[in-house]
Amino acid sequence: MMDSIIQGVLLGGYYAVIACGLSFMFSVMRIINLAHGSLAILAAYILYVLADRFGISPWLGLAIMLPVMAVVGFALQRLVLERSMRAGLLVPILATFGLAIVIDNLLFQQFGADTRSLAPFIGDLAYDSWAITENIYVGKLAVLVLAVAVLLLGGLQLMLSFTPIGRAIRATAEDPDTAGLVGIDARTVNALAAAIAVVTVGIAGAFLGMRATFDAYSGGTQLLFAFEAAVIGGAGSLWGTLIGGIVLALAQTIGAQINPQGFLTAGHAVFFAVLFARLFLPGSGFRVRIRTLLGQEA
Amino acid sequence: MTHLVLENLDVRHGLLQAVRAVSLSIEKGEVLALIGANGAGKTTMLRALAGAHVPASGRILLNGSDITGIPAHRRVGMGVAMVPEGRRLFADMTVEENLLLGRQAGRSGEWTVERVLDVFANLKPRRNARAATLSGGEQQACAIGRALVTNPDVLLLDEVSLGLSPLAVDRVYQSLGSLLASGTTIVLVEQDLGRALAVADRVVCLLEGRIVLDEAAAAVSRERVTQAYFGLQAAQAGSASS
Repeated sequence: MMDSIIQGVLLGGYYAVIACGLSFMFSVMRIINLAHGSLAILAAYILYVLADRFGISPWLGLAIMLPVMAVVGFALQRLVLERSMRAGLLVPILATFGLAIVIDNLLFQQFGADTRSLAPFIGDLAYDSWAITENIYVGKLAVLVLAVAVLLLGGLQLMLSFTPIGRAIRATAEDPDTAGLVGIDARTVNALAAAIAVVTVGIAGAFLGMRATFDAYSGGTQLLFAFEAAVIGGAGSLWGTLIGGIVLALAQTIGAQINPQGFLTAGHAVFFAVLFARLFLPGSGFRVRIRTLLGQEA
Repeated sequence: MTHLVLENLDVRHGLLQAVRAVSLSIEKGEVLALIGANGAGKTTMLRALAGAHVPASGRILLNGSDITGIPAHRRVGMGVAMVPEGRRLFADMTVEENLLLGRQAGRSGEWTVERVLDVFANLKPRRNARAATLSGGEQQACAIGRALVTNPDVLLLDEVSLGLSPLAVDRVYQSLGSLLASGTTIVLVEQDLGRALAVADRVVCLLEGRIVLDEAAAAVSRERVTQAYFGLQAAQAGSASS
């Protein structure tokens, strides 16, 4: 049981990393990006190609891939989200859904159905572990992922709270029209925020490739986990996202202990339990949150 | 020196033409009060000056150069700041954070966050309070402060007394006093005619998007302003010409 809890918390670190970008984008731009998972897979393939064809280690590859993802995020905002947002709340969701299908199938066309992994390129980090007690081991990579999750979410939170760009992002999220009147270029700020979000997706994709396998159609599952973690943690709250990732992963690992099929089922069950609790429990601030989740004054 | 010029400005909200062929030139350091009934086009004109609303036709010149197509956020950098109607503070941010936003325009000058907190003394103890928790007067002071931190040459004030108690309005205008004397060009929309005439050098009255009165505040009588406000002049002129 102790082992399940420890492994659950570590897995939660990964879920927090993948949910981070989704939650950030929702809180800043009120956009649910359904291409989120596919972008993570795209990032993983970029690292794979760099390692496989050009012999660049995935760690070095990050220095190439993350700037590429930043440009992808900037372009995504300018070319897809900004335009589709003018047509209402639902259109960006449909647009990113379409984008997800395009990315998935382009990757499939290019790379085929083989599952890939970055594990062979990162040496013994892929399987090495520290022994905590005689029969509890923690993977070094899993600990690293959790540490990055804390740094990433904490860093984003600090950036939002204490830097000029963070204040500009929050002001734009609240009222883009007035932000313009105090000298903030709302378009650029939104594009920068999208770039930041997609960079975190790139980090998540790198970790996915290192700790597991992926193929062209793995994006949907990653999106699902990211979405569940973000909602459990309270969409739009970055520290909540870390808690949400850990709760989701704990449910999954404990579920898997009870029944071999229990991994996904328990995760979904907790997700729905939290969702319905927020919808139907009266008097809590959660109701407000769910209204924001469903699109403000819905 | 002419600071701000409007040439034949037309501004529309969809099919509704809110400002019709308005031409106006404003001198440097002038305090101009814009008055008129609800729907006369005052706010729309102010928003067009700030760049928040793109005019359908006509030009806006700042220090002689055309700024008609320049968006609001860049005009702030050129020294045009607006205090929007209803304050429009960022409710989830603190007073200090709201004021700090004004710094991002990148204009340095005498107005800093500290100076604003000194001038608007009622804000000082609320420095770290969320803007949503402020009283109306404090919110208005914060909104004006936020515009001041951009160190504007032209300050556009839209109904700063709206929804405030008379006491709070006094305080806001009192703290504006030093600003009014500092040589900043000010265009203000004010419902309170007495207040407008007391503060301004010049009064411009809008009726259905057109200028119906443009006079020095010291010379104009209340009756003339009232007539212009309700369109009595225009009606008389109309019947005289027909």
